[in-house]
Amino acid sequence: MIETEKCVRVHVMLESIVEALQIRKTYGRLVAVDDISFTIAKGECFGILGPNGAGKTTTIRMTYGFSPLTAGSLQVFGLDVTRHAKAIKARIGVCQQDNTLDPDLTIFQNMTVFARYFDIPKALAVSKANELLSFMSLDNRSHSRALELSGGMVRRIVLARALINKPELLILDEPTTGLDPQSRHQVWERLDNLRRQGMSILLTTHYMEEASRLCDRIIIMDQGRILVQGKPSELIREHIGKDVLEVSSHTADLRTYIRLQKLAFEDVGDRLLIYGNQDDHLYRYISNRFCPEGCVMRTATLEDVFLKLTGRGLRE
Amino acid sequence: MSTGILRVWQRNLDVYRQNWKISFMPPLLEPLLYLAAFGIGLSGLIGEVAYGDGKISYLAFIAPALLAINIMNNAFFENTYSSFVRMYYQKTFDAMMATPLSVEEIITGEIVWGATKSVIATAIMMVILTFFDLIHYPTGLLLIPLAFCGGFAFGSVGMYFTGIVSHIELFNLPFFLFITPMFLFSGTFFPLEGMPPWAQALATALPLTHLVDLTRGLCYGSFAKSFPLALGYLLLFSMVFYPLALTRMRRRLIK
Repeated sequence: MIETEKCVRVHVMLESIVEALQIRKTYGRLVAVDDISFTIAKGECFGILGPNGAGKTTTIRMTYGFSPLTAGSLQVFGLDVTRHAKAIKARIGVCQQDNTLDPDLTIFQNMTVFARYFDIPKALAVSKANELLSFMSLDNRSHSRALELSGGMVRRIVLARALINKPELLILDEPTTGLDPQSRHQVWERLDNLRRQGMSILLTTHYMEEASRLCDRIIIMDQGRILVQGKPSELIREHIGKDVLEVSSHTADLRTYIRLQKLAFEDVGDRLLIYGNQDDHLYRYISNRFCPEGCVMRTATLEDVFLKLTGRGLRE
Repeated sequence: MSTGILRVWQRNLDVYRQNWKISFMPPLLEPLLYLAAFGIGLSGLIGEVAYGDGKISYLAFIAPALLAINIMNNAFFENTYSSFVRMYYQKTFDAMMATPLSVEEIITGEIVWGATKSVIATAIMMVILTFFDLIHYPTGLLLIPLAFCGGFAFGSVGMYFTGIVSHIELFNLPFFLFITPMFLFSGTFFPLEGMPPWAQALATALPLTHLVDLTRGLCYGSFAKSFPLALGYLLLFSMVFYPLALTRMRRRLIK
């Protein structure tokens, strides 16, 4: 009840740019996306998190008309994706997961040829391409070809190319997967910059740090369903608390103590994770009493939420 | 619809223009090699060939067939191997699909580009054949629009195969089972009239036979009675395989 009220209030307050209602996608008997609903407000950075095969990519593919819906309704800019794919695609920018740079063309041509797909006049395309390549610090590589560049550069060019039509919504499918830390921070910086300019962003990722840093709101998906949605900080507080105490070699005494104190914890085999709310006294007690070899207290992260909700089994 | 097709076509033209010096070579050299081998080498053995009511030199007999084969090969190769590389390895179509372009525009643009390659090859080859006085003008000029029609037909069937093959090696099959037999048995290097009736009937079912029929008529400046039929066949062939190519590619690209 409270949940619906909150939704309605958000609706009234903010103009929504994406509205997914009970969307569903099946491939034969496989259910990739299972009746999920979410909205993205204008100017918001919205993240979809989930392990491999959770349905993240399928969900965003549906939003840009790449995958037709099996059921449900999906509106972008108030237009139905099934009927107005062309009009919607003219107003969004997409960075796909695969490198889709055209290896037959130079970087600069990649920009201008792409601009032509949007019917952008040549002169405007050239000035826009110059502007975007310098925004991405790539203006010195205009005449290189995609195969000659590093993964980080390729990703920045794909990002630059996705901005060529001045999109109102930027869709990014795992924008930093496979990049080294330097390149990842480069991409984040650019995305931060775009966010500050008021760009609406929809991204998928399985880097929790990325989601915490960039996203105003996230959903965590698994097996085609939404497990939770909300602000990263609120989700952490709600599902984990403030801190986590990691105990590596635990004893039966500790377990008994935890059970008696009714502490939230998780047993992950070699370690015991105890979730708490900045109760320094408790931690000091546990570490003195039960951890002669020491234990670590750290701030709770989105990764804790993610692993708690999606489990620790491998997804392959 | 229309500007989207043009955009895809322009992308391919931009790439072609970067490599035009290399792309120009095959249509320039191939007819010369064939003319040397078959025309000069074989014509001594064969002499003249019966065509219509009269006789023509063997060189004059095979020259239009070389044009037809070139039309077939250029479009078919472009819309099989080249389109497949763009679709599968380079993800060019995926990138296009994130823009306002639709699958129909992308695939049509590719087929029109394949037909354009046929036109370019035909124009280059016509220069050589004209030099040897093997094309009658002005009817010979109609070879250009014919190259487009023929290229569209063979490009469509090529694109249909691109829509169904799971990996690139499989293109050996249509080349081996469809293109090579046509290359040899479509009235290209010897007249069909001398063949047994069943072989003639089989040849009539193949599109290249009709394209050869048309290029001969235009090169000799004589419109045979079979002209409307041959043209009708090519159009029908396009009308079947173009929608089939669209359907298969739509199924392949939209997941």
